[in-house]
Amino acid sequence: MATPPPTGPLLAVEGLTRRFQGLVAVDAVDFAVAEGTVHGLIGPNGAGKTTLFNLVSGVLAPSAGSVRLDGRALDGLPPYRRTALGLARTFQNIRVFSEMTVLENVMTGLHTRLTAGWGILVRSPAFRAEERAAKARARDLLAFVGLAEAAGTRAGDLAYGDQRRLEIARALACEPRLVLLDEPAAGMNPAETHALLGLLRRLRDERGLTLLLVEHDMPLVMSLCDRLTVLNFGRRIADGTPAEVRAHPAVIEAYLGTGGHDAGPRAVPQSRGTAP
Amino acid sequence: MLEQQLVNGVVLGATYALFAIGFTLMFGVMGVINLTYGVYFALGAFAALWSTQGLGLPIWAALPLGAAVAGVLAVAVDTLLLTRLRKAKAPELASLMVTLGATLFLYAGMAAALGTEIRRFPAGVFDGGAYSLGAVRIGGTQVLIFGAALVLVVALLALVRGSRLGLAIRAVAENPDAAALMGINGALMLRVVSFLSGAIGGAAGVLVGLNFNAIQPFMGEHMMLRGFAVIIVGGLGDLRGALLAGLLLGLAEVLTAAYLSSTLKDMIAFALLVATLWFRPLGLFGRAAAKRA
Amino acid sequence: MWEALDDFYWTYQSLIHGIGVNGILALSVYVVLAVGQLSLGQAAFMGVGAYTGALLSVKFGAPFALSMAAAAAVPALLALVVGGPTLRLTGVYLAIATIGLGEITRIVFLNWDYAGGALGLSGIPERGGVGAIYGTLAVLLAGLTLVARSRVGRAMEAMREDEAAAGVMGVNLPRYRLTALVASSAMAGVAGCLSAHVSSFIGPNEYGFEAAVTILSYALLGGIGSPLAPVLGATILTLLPEVLRPLADFRLMVNGLIIVLAVLFMPRGILPWRIARTG
Repeated sequence: MATPPPTGPLLAVEGLTRRFQGLVAVDAVDFAVAEGTVHGLIGPNGAGKTTLFNLVSGVLAPSAGSVRLDGRALDGLPPYRRTALGLARTFQNIRVFSEMTVLENVMTGLHTRLTAGWGILVRSPAFRAEERAAKARARDLLAFVGLAEAAGTRAGDLAYGDQRRLEIARALACEPRLVLLDEPAAGMNPAETHALLGLLRRLRDERGLTLLLVEHDMPLVMSLCDRLTVLNFGRRIADGTPAEVRAHPAVIEAYLGTGGHDAGPRAVPQSRGTAP
Repeated sequence: MLEQQLVNGVVLGATYALFAIGFTLMFGVMGVINLTYGVYFALGAFAALWSTQGLGLPIWAALPLGAAVAGVLAVAVDTLLLTRLRKAKAPELASLMVTLGATLFLYAGMAAALGTEIRRFPAGVFDGGAYSLGAVRIGGTQVLIFGAALVLVVALLALVRGSRLGLAIRAVAENPDAAALMGINGALMLRVVSFLSGAIGGAAGVLVGLNFNAIQPFMGEHMMLRGFAVIIVGGLGDLRGALLAGLLLGLAEVLTAAYLSSTLKDMIAFALLVATLWFRPLGLFGRAAAKRA
Repeated sequence: MWEALDDFYWTYQSLIHGIGVNGILALSVYVVLAVGQLSLGQAAFMGVGAYTGALLSVKFGAPFALSMAAAAAVPALLALVVGGPTLRLTGVYLAIATIGLGEITRIVFLNWDYAGGALGLSGIPERGGVGAIYGTLAVLLAGLTLVARSRVGRAMEAMREDEAAAGVMGVNLPRYRLTALVASSAMAGVAGCLSAHVSSFIGPNEYGFEAAVTILSYALLGGIGSPLAPVLGATILTLLPEVLRPLADFRLMVNGLIIVLAVLFMPRGILPWRIARTG
């Protein structure tokens, strides 16, 4: 497992809190994600993981606390500003733009990196060059996630696992430094999950990206993540390497010991996934 | 003189509050701005007119009858048009557009069937005389209107805030899925709310028709501007906010007409609406059920 | 041959004008719908544009170009004041504010003696005509098609499909909504000015709720998959009462019904073809 580089954390979350009409969904949570690592966020259903993601990506405003990306405070910034600063995310319930083609979806992710203005109306050379480059870049990203063949398909017609990969390609198009992945393996079969594991590793190892991951698939989490933060009822109950977290009494008590489907000692599927 | 204007303003404001409270209840529970609401207002007035003219009923019987007819139409519109969109979890603007189309259809239909001339209640449908308090003259009709509006608003607030039925309605408004898990019949609750809102709109139509003694198919269209202003100023979905904002608008209109100009009076509602959007978008009391985008 | 064409033009002059003007109005409401918002103020913006342009022409003898420019600018300013604050909120607020605007503009025109009050404004000089109307329509159609096939078009469609996801992709939602609303109101204002200068008379009751809903029905019938679709919807709905005379009396009911049926059963409109989003 990669050891975190010695610089300051890429993402620092401090005292982050969100209340919904009396219910505290996220309660004074602290954690830091080091650059170039995969950081897992785990916890039973309703622990506040997705709320935390929404707070970090700016979809929800926090009741208290702060989020910093590479030392820069993100508090109060709308989602589009955070994207421009290097934050990208995928959604738990797939949210591709289903009427648009696969290629157009990825090109939408490039939005903040494109600058065309009035040139659009006269089809200026600058506009055309930029648009051509954007198309090429989007095709590269689709090839990277294994969807090159599907570029012209309507996104809503893709198979479920492919839509998840499209979401990842679309997030990569934002040219992020940190990608938030909300349950990327949800609804995938073992072969697809295995292919996903390989893809996420390549994001870290080949592209040097930092990933923050919410996931219920424990074998995936344990084999992929460099560090884990465990939430329960909105509070952080543990933080450390997978081995440390697995041995943490509070985690065993609150989470692994509950006997839910997450706790099953499922082996990482070893068979090679045959991705379409 | 001021006292007289205040009395007139409170009576007018009571009808606005009654109208808006049904409107905002519908939004608060269904999450949809149902533009057909203005139709229930006009229909209630016409049903009451018909029952006093055609059936010779007294006003105390015509009022609930008008309300009930409007309530039934509201249930029909909701069942026919909105249930389908709710099931498909369609975006809120789709529901808004459907009610918009239905509104145009119903208004045009009413105008074709009933004519567009202004109609009046038969003479002597209600004669409560008039009372004098010092120099202030209060008409019997005004007492009836204020009394009826007050009773209806208080009854609705008591129902929603203090009864088991109200608890179930609020549960459905808050989270339909969780309410279903608790054994609440969500579809039935939505019908109950549709009926209640439509009936309140209809009752407001009867009272406003009585107040100005003028009934016309498009009366609801003009009332909707006031309705929008009151529910935005009070905060979308906020019943008590609508009550206060309704009274505020009634007073503001009467005082403007008395001391400034009657043309300006018609613009008060819109000015309050826009000012609220600029400075207190979640309503004067900041409790709007709507979330920021 | 030319004579026959000339005859045809004089017979159907107002219909030909109407189709072009309504096409521009359909595009104006399309621009707002295309970013997932709903404006019911199109008729009011049209009315403000019509009165602005006509007053400049009638009272000041202004050149047509100036009337047109003012007819675009004044509604745009109004859109900023009325719609501006709603753009950080959900779409319901814009819809409500613009319905209110429609009602209030009617009241203002009705009571504004300088602009003719209830009698309306007559003696508007004939300017522009078919050339200006269809020229404007063609320019707008071309411009919107080019915009649709660019990063802006992609952002707009993304917003319409899923606002939160579009925001996370880096789309500046309030700015796009505001630009769309302002452009849309300017377009409606231009349509009003063009229409006023071919009909010689405008009145305060032409721009009310029914007109706003009718404009919306163009886009809902045609669809919003491409800029061409709403124009097609406008053409059909303008021709329909002429072709089916008995329908003319029930025009408003038909328009209402079309909206209900289109939203419930035909959400893509009658021209469901979707324009590509790459340039």
